[in-house]
Amino acid sequence: MAKSPSLFGATFRRDLLLAFRHKGEMINPLVFFLIAISLIPLGIGPEKALLMRIAPGILWVMALLATLLSLDNLFRSDFDDGTLEQLLISPHPLYLSVLAKVLAYWLATGLPLTLLSPLLGGMLSLPSGAFIALCSSLLIGSAAMSLIGAVGAALTVGLRKGGLLISLIVMPLYVPILIFGASAVTEAARGNPFDVQLAVLGAILAIALLLAPLATAGALRVSVNG
Amino acid sequence: MNWQWFHRLGSPRWFYEKTDAWVPWLVILAWGLLLVGTVWGLGFAPMDAKQKDSYRIIYVHVPVAFISMACYYIMAIAGAVGLIWKMKLPYMVMKSAAPIGFAFTIIVLATGSIWGRPTWGTWWEWDGRMTSYLVLSFLYLGIIALQNAFQSRDTADKASAILALVGTVNIPIIYKSVDWWYTLHQPASLNLTSAPKIHISMLYPLFTMIAASYIFFTLVLILYTRAEILRRESKTQWVKDLASGVPSKGDKA
Repeated sequence: MAKSPSLFGATFRRDLLLAFRHKGEMINPLVFFLIAISLIPLGIGPEKALLMRIAPGILWVMALLATLLSLDNLFRSDFDDGTLEQLLISPHPLYLSVLAKVLAYWLATGLPLTLLSPLLGGMLSLPSGAFIALCSSLLIGSAAMSLIGAVGAALTVGLRKGGLLISLIVMPLYVPILIFGASAVTEAARGNPFDVQLAVLGAILAIALLLAPLATAGALRVSVNG
Repeated sequence: MNWQWFHRLGSPRWFYEKTDAWVPWLVILAWGLLLVGTVWGLGFAPMDAKQKDSYRIIYVHVPVAFISMACYYIMAIAGAVGLIWKMKLPYMVMKSAAPIGFAFTIIVLATGSIWGRPTWGTWWEWDGRMTSYLVLSFLYLGIIALQNAFQSRDTADKASAILALVGTVNIPIIYKSVDWWYTLHQPASLNLTSAPKIHISMLYPLFTMIAASYIFFTLVLILYTRAEILRRESKTQWVKDLASGVPSKGDKA
């Protein structure tokens, strides 16, 4: 090793390695996504026209719920084994380590979800023209959801039973992402342009990228000291 | 610049003793204005040409809607002040504001749906404004749930302050996105959502009710905060003196 690796890189590599060693935690949200989507036609019937109409909304709501499932794991193990405390007392900015952790988390959860979504879109007879919209909106949206969700995860990491509470406090904050994400897919399914929605999602991601790690860092300090 | 006044603001005891004198006046003012505004609005303001008497619920609905939004900002600002200057009192204000704001939001939703029945013909319409208030009530619920989840009061205060601040950044975004979502899906038949021109004789009672509601809200917030002060400071000498009816002499808490 020529020069010492930055904390950002080290945290990122470590988290990614951990994620790939715990494949179950990575795969479970995807399986949830798959099963939950399969339940929809069983509940409302296999009529293609109806499925096609509700597919964008259903896909997005289910993707949102699937990201909530794994959120509790983001800081949990680091909190339990003391890694989090080491990150807090290290001289490096906490903003960057949080960003590294969220980036690794997103690569392990949000990205696979995005890659799986066209398959599920096909199951719900989403027109093939909407696949690009589905993937690109989920790609940006899941990144923003990971960043915002990290705040909720950091706030509740000190609690033994934080799982449900995260969903309660984070879901209202996901409303704008859901609205624009689902709308992009709906418009694409009708053959309309969807660049406005993607631009807004990008703007939300930019704001989240700027502010969410700050709030997460503050929340981690509170949770660890409390 | 002398900052003593600012730090005194952070003292729960100072706040408690100061507001002692305000409460009776606020009670008189709040109830007086509420009475005048209600009688004026419900009894004497002219009837609306289209909606007849049902529009009169505006005199409750709109002022309460104002406050449920303002309350979130007051809560978030109090939380920020607590985080920045590490004062005790702002956290107590923040904690008191959450259930009050939630209650006001519920009143907005309830009066909105009662108003919706005669005008839109349905109890619940996914109207842009009602949907934003629904999300606002979820935000309040999140704060209350987080506040109650922690054993340590200090952690609970700081955590809910951070969540309140995150929510503050989000509220304009949520509001705008719901607005946009609604115009996208808006059914053609609804045209009452665009604010109709309101006659001046209907406006004066509305202003009275808005002022009354703000004062009422201030009063409730002060009373809640006072109760919270007593609960948290119950170990201190001045609260014990207060409880036992002994007029306390010592000025140093």
